[in-house]
Amino acid sequence: MFSGWLTTIVFLPLAGAIIIALFVRGDKNVRWFAGIISLAELVLSIAVFAQYDLGAGADQFQLVDKIEDWIPVESFKVQYFLAIDGLSAPMVLLTGILGMVSVFASWSVKERLPEYFMWLLILQSAVMGVFTSMDFFLFFIFWELELIPMFFLISIWGSKPNREYSAMKFLIFTLLGSAFMLVGILVLFFSFDTFDMTLLPDAISRGGILLPASLVFTMIFIAFAVKLPIWPLHSWLPDAHTDAPTAASVMLAGVLLKMGAYGMLRISATMFPEVMAGIAWLLASVGVINILYGAAIVLRQTDLKRLIAFSSISHMGFVVLGLSAVVGVNGQVSTVGITGAALQMFTHGTITGLLFLLAGFIYERTHTRHIPHLGGLATRMPMLTGALVLAGLASLGLPSTSGFVSEIHVFLGVFPVWSWLTAVGAFGVVLTAGYILWMIQRAMFGPENQHLNNVSDATVMEMVPVAVMVAAIMVVGIYPAIIADVFTTGIQPIVDSLQIAVTANLQ
Amino acid sequence: MTTHDIYLLSPEISMAGLAILLILVDLVVSRKSILTIVAVLGLAVPLALSIVLWFDLTDQAATQMKADFGTEIVTFVVDKFSLFFKFLLVGATALVILASSEYVSKFKNFHGEFFALILFATSGMMLLASTVELITIYVSLELTALPIAALAAFMRDSRSSEAGLKFLILSAISSAVLLYGMVIIYGFTGTTVLADIATQLGGLLDGESAFGGNALLFGVILVIAGFGFKISSVPFQMWAPDVYEGSPTPVTAFLSVASKAAGFAVILRVFYIAFSAEILSVDWSAVFAVLAAVSMTFGNLVAIRQNNIKRMLGYSTIAHAGYLMVGLAAVASRTPDADAIIGPSGVLFYLSGYAITNLAAFSAVIAISNRINSDLIDSFAGMARRAPFLAGVLGFSMISLIGVPPTVGFMSKIYIFGAAVDTNLEWLAVTGMVNSVISAYYYLRVVKVMYLREPIDDAPVGSALPMKLAVMVTMAGTAFFGIYPTPLINLARSAVDVLVS
Repeated sequence: MFSGWLTTIVFLPLAGAIIIALFVRGDKNVRWFAGIISLAELVLSIAVFAQYDLGAGADQFQLVDKIEDWIPVESFKVQYFLAIDGLSAPMVLLTGILGMVSVFASWSVKERLPEYFMWLLILQSAVMGVFTSMDFFLFFIFWELELIPMFFLISIWGSKPNREYSAMKFLIFTLLGSAFMLVGILVLFFSFDTFDMTLLPDAISRGGILLPASLVFTMIFIAFAVKLPIWPLHSWLPDAHTDAPTAASVMLAGVLLKMGAYGMLRISATMFPEVMAGIAWLLASVGVINILYGAAIVLRQTDLKRLIAFSSISHMGFVVLGLSAVVGVNGQVSTVGITGAALQMFTHGTITGLLFLLAGFIYERTHTRHIPHLGGLATRMPMLTGALVLAGLASLGLPSTSGFVSEIHVFLGVFPVWSWLTAVGAFGVVLTAGYILWMIQRAMFGPENQHLNNVSDATVMEMVPVAVMVAAIMVVGIYPAIIADVFTTGIQPIVDSLQIAVTANLQ
Repeated sequence: MTTHDIYLLSPEISMAGLAILLILVDLVVSRKSILTIVAVLGLAVPLALSIVLWFDLTDQAATQMKADFGTEIVTFVVDKFSLFFKFLLVGATALVILASSEYVSKFKNFHGEFFALILFATSGMMLLASTVELITIYVSLELTALPIAALAAFMRDSRSSEAGLKFLILSAISSAVLLYGMVIIYGFTGTTVLADIATQLGGLLDGESAFGGNALLFGVILVIAGFGFKISSVPFQMWAPDVYEGSPTPVTAFLSVASKAAGFAVILRVFYIAFSAEILSVDWSAVFAVLAAVSMTFGNLVAIRQNNIKRMLGYSTIAHAGYLMVGLAAVASRTPDADAIIGPSGVLFYLSGYAITNLAAFSAVIAISNRINSDLIDSFAGMARRAPFLAGVLGFSMISLIGVPPTVGFMSKIYIFGAAVDTNLEWLAVTGMVNSVISAYYYLRVVKVMYLREPIDDAPVGSALPMKLAVMVTMAGTAFFGIYPTPLINLARSAVDVLVS
């Protein structure tokens, strides 16, 4: 089986990067070439998303690209296997959108331009690969491949003086997480003789794993927990975000964190439903800690990007909280909470991506991210201010924006399961409203600052990515089914296997 | 000695012959660059002869062709295992010679001797891969060690002389230890032929011998210690950093790749043929597992502090000896249904991957440091602008040494850790992966210096044609086998069949 769609979408940016390295000369050409590649990628991702067939049955993997004997060695059987299901289709779309946004957000980068766009495009290929790989080994390759571009993006084009430290911290944390994941993957392979992610859940449920399932689960889960990040493994994130260039921040917040959440759904919950249900209490508690801890730290931040970074930690707490619905209530597992977690991946990707983008634009104009040094920008940059207000409102979950949709799903799904914890976690929404509004008020409104007299509003070129993101936020906010229905088809099989595990536990 | 014996020995004979030819050519030609051409083209002969032997083996559907040189006992065999190493050694030697063509112009004289010594050492290593008898092993080891000692001291400055002397003395000590171990084993079994040792031990381990298995185990440990020197495993690694730093850089490359490969070849042969008894293999597997964990941890931790790139790569090679020993520890008899050849084939795959990657790294280091006259990592600052291609290759090989895709370093590391998982050594796989993370720190430091620092001066750094060739071949290999490792893995797996049958 080889439909070719996903291979194209995964390798197009990589091919673009190679062409830039070898043939494209001149900064302007490089910029436009990267722009065209990323637009093509966006179009492709929309096409792939539109082709996803909701009616094809819950656990159908579609648009399959499969070469079974890539590495056909007896104790190392690796296949090239790309496919999408309801879980990955929206993530492909998200990556397409943010990939395009990050390229257009980099229009004003001047230093070492060809290299910059090369790394950005390779990064996009790697992330696309993570979301579409259905072979565990291939998944791991893409998972690791993403590190090097991000390392370079932060350490070369990041903000001085801490960029090298932050890049190294990001790399070491993620590598350490994936080190354990790899051993977990190998244990699974030597237990069941396959890396195929579509076959592993069944195989694991039949038993015969070399090590205790909970141990293997833990090894793999650590990688996702670092990536998400779950408190207390989060400390790389504020540094990486603060020092990353705008486009890298957008990719980092928008899709790279989602790799962790995606992994928890695709691998932890799908392959180890029993263990997952067993630690649901832990997920709920850690989720709430993430929400409140992140929000509490945000209140103290005066650096615009650091503020958004910590708000990401808080918002990713909702994903973890949503996942804690895996245990169900009275032996009945529902899709609502988990769908909320999945939706939160998508909506947080667009909302925080937009916030970082705007923070980047503001920084380019004012040359400061220190909020007390800003202020009174609303009259100078009305369009950027408008966008920031909208992104902020979406971030605090205003109805009719996408942030509301995902958070309400999470609360509805988790409240019956963990009432008290959810009630405490809901307080995070209040804190979010507090810090977002306070941030906007301090940064954009208030008295005008003399030294910011000659800042200008966004150019047309810069408004393109902003408009795309705003559209994504509003469309999902007004008509959530467009994403939610797709996610539900991907989550249904997970819930089914969870249901079996939970029922077995009750008996 | 029959013609058939000579035919079996022909790769080694032609290698030694080529060495003598080079000394002679050196006497008559004035343009020394001809030597490089003669050496590289001449290496086609042992390579071709090895290929002929390989196809002869396949045609006969035989696992081994044995040579006895008119004596009672078989001392030398040609099988896929030894031929795999001959390919690897000839290839590595060719690349080292290509990479050193520019470097040797530093020497006032003895160009021919430099190449000849490398080739003599290689012929010893090739013998080492084929021998199945303890005394022959010992003689071959000395044949590799003595030329290397001379090569290490080739620069004749104080550091280089120190390197040569250090290598010579420590090599002699390790040989003595090895010999002592061999004597103990001979005392127990009354034979020096590996296969016979295995049969004798079979009876010995079952019954009640004078000292029991403990004294025998002592002999085995001494053998491990002797070989541990060759592969620079902790705690026999003391020589490696000093010798690596002091030797001419091509010799360092040769040491880290060829010498290590030969060491692992003979270890695999001895332990899988002579000490294959299940009760014994579980014991030495445990020793190798501990040595592996200690080696990689020590090598990686100390490498972090190094400022000289050759010294850093010296410690890195200790760490890689540790990763390789994971494959030695992964003996199938540890678990009931493990893949019998995954451990040894992992060693072969990792060795070839490491050889390609490390030669890429060393070629780039030779090319750069030869022009800027410095081995300090800091002097590589801004090399991405001064020598974009060489910096790219060095950066890529560093990524391969960490074990990040899409490189052969990634594939081989996962394969060899897979072997550990398959044989119930999950803790060793975890240790190895955590070590890879530590190693990322110092490997990436080189990348950071090249890509992030401002160059010290702006003069571009070029490289000569043979060097470009060496760099391109290794770089292409690193990338190709990182994406499609199947041929290499299959070759490694077919090579080790003979060890477990």
